[in-house]
Amino acid sequence: MTVRDSEMPAIRAERLVKIYGEGNTEVVAMQDASMHVNRGEVVALLGPSGSGKSTFLTAVGLINPPTSGQIFIGSTLVLDGERPHADLRSMRRQHIGFIFQKSNLIPFLSAVENVQIAMELNGQTSIAARRRALELMDYLGVAERADNLPSMLSGGQQQRVAVARALANKPSVILADEPTAALDSRRSRQVMELLATVAHEQGAGVIVVTHDHRALDVFDALYEMEDGRMRRKKSVIHSVIS
Amino acid sequence: MNLATKDIRRNLGRFALTCLGISMLLMVVMGMGGIYRGIVEDATLLIDRIGADLWIVQRDTRGPFAEVSRVPRNLVHRALAVPGVSSAREFLYHTIQRERNGKPLRIAVLGLSWPADKGEWLPLTAGRPLGQAHFEMIADTSLGLALDEQLTLGEDTYRVVGQTESMISSSGDGIGFFTVADARVIQFDQTGEAVRLERAAREARGRQFDVARAQPQLLENAVRPAAELPQIAGPQISAVMLHVLPGRDRGQVAEIVSAWGDVSVYTKDAQRELLLQGSVEKVRRQIGLFRILLVIIAAIIMALILYTMTLDKIHSIALLKLIGAPNKVILALIMQQALVLGTIGFGIAYLLGQRVFPLFPRRVILDGSDLLQLAGIVLLISLGSSLLGLWRAMRVSPNEALS
Repeated sequence: MTVRDSEMPAIRAERLVKIYGEGNTEVVAMQDASMHVNRGEVVALLGPSGSGKSTFLTAVGLINPPTSGQIFIGSTLVLDGERPHADLRSMRRQHIGFIFQKSNLIPFLSAVENVQIAMELNGQTSIAARRRALELMDYLGVAERADNLPSMLSGGQQQRVAVARALANKPSVILADEPTAALDSRRSRQVMELLATVAHEQGAGVIVVTHDHRALDVFDALYEMEDGRMRRKKSVIHSVIS
Repeated sequence: MNLATKDIRRNLGRFALTCLGISMLLMVVMGMGGIYRGIVEDATLLIDRIGADLWIVQRDTRGPFAEVSRVPRNLVHRALAVPGVSSAREFLYHTIQRERNGKPLRIAVLGLSWPADKGEWLPLTAGRPLGQAHFEMIADTSLGLALDEQLTLGEDTYRVVGQTESMISSSGDGIGFFTVADARVIQFDQTGEAVRLERAAREARGRQFDVARAQPQLLENAVRPAAELPQIAGPQISAVMLHVLPGRDRGQVAEIVSAWGDVSVYTKDAQRELLLQGSVEKVRRQIGLFRILLVIIAAIIMALILYTMTLDKIHSIALLKLIGAPNKVILALIMQQALVLGTIGFGIAYLLGQRVFPLFPRRVILDGSDLLQLAGIVLLISLGSSLLGLWRAMRVSPNEALS
């Protein structure tokens, strides 16, 4: 399936603000951060440590609601400030796939079960979930390690299993938090290209938080955060050159 | 996919050890219940097995099983004359401790009313009932006496002609069954020197009386055996057991006997109740309280184990929440493990107990209803103790998966 339609929004964040503490201890972690990602679009979020990238990612991941601002999944308003307009856990399960810096696999489940569980939680039968999990793992080149526990896989294999889990429920949004931090440059590029391919083929909007400037050419748009504020860079090519 | 079994399979060794630990604890709880049941069973065994309808005992005492009771032998004849009584038998019961092969041997001596009672009612596992009026005994296997073995008590030697199993007194001593006459001889066993000294003392006391001074021949009686002297009371027995004719009212018979000033009368149930409320009561309460304490300790230990098991999985639980697992999935993960732990622990405890409890010096009886009750308690403990783990799991934020 190829979906590349800028008219179909995957996720939209409008003027997100996140404030921790109050009074003298108040810290503004994110201020007026907005982002619009269409289906099939791959977006990089850059910025130094402590700039608010993770705060933004956990907010749009419906894990850590913003103090104010709105988050839409597709065209549905999900969060208005801290007030949920839908069951957040259910929205995460059905619409969002997560990929982390560390693979974050469940240690007591085999590789295929780690992928399978995401689909079973979403109501799929065990047989159907296993079949799709194996297909995804085959697609990502880790099918031969399907029955191994995460501890028996290399870092790259674990990350590919995590990508398979993120894709399992055909989410409209994939959030990746420095997915290549633990990988060498060749593997990093492979994972970035994989995310781009998946976004384009499956029509998911992908937001990747990254420090890695070597593979920025795979992204459709770049955003940068600094001191909690977000700005969109004009173009990928321009950013890479500058 | 069942996450609980997946996690158990991944940490099988540790889980098996935990189960073993829990099972040891539950086996102790089970054992305490079994000891409690054994004490009650042992205490009431004789009363139940003998099956007498009424017990006549010394006035204002609670019967031979609870305290010393002395009634005259001729009470049997008096009791037989009461309308409605079908049979009356002597009952003699006391405990002795002798040394045998360098080790103490405690025997609960029970006198059977020969020839009416030869011990036919006893559940013999080997040998036969008593076949003669003297020098035979039926021994419980717990006494360690083999069939045909001879045992010397005082001046006489008794041959083991029959064996029983689990015929134990309320204090846990094996019962030896003799004829009443032999049981009395064993009770008042005296050496020749003691008999001679008693006769000399009797003669010396006689000399103090004017009648002896006036008729010195009377003193000759003092050195005769006590049984030949009408002025000396005959040996007494512990109680008289009555059987009431079928269709006759036991209450009426008891009412007649209780009007006699020298004795008290109890029904079988009253005697049983007196025994349970008397000598057994404190032990029963102590074991009962200890059992409750053990159950509480087991609950606390299980709660801590389940809490630790939950803490070990807390990152995975956070991750499950992050990918959208509903609370019921996490609840099932923890509760199923708690139930598996409780069930396997209980099963191992039962199987181990079956092998270990027979080695205990006192009987440990695993009663079906007690086991069911304990199974219910273990179920409740498992569910209750998982609450601590559940509380921690419910509090964990999906954010923790990112750290």
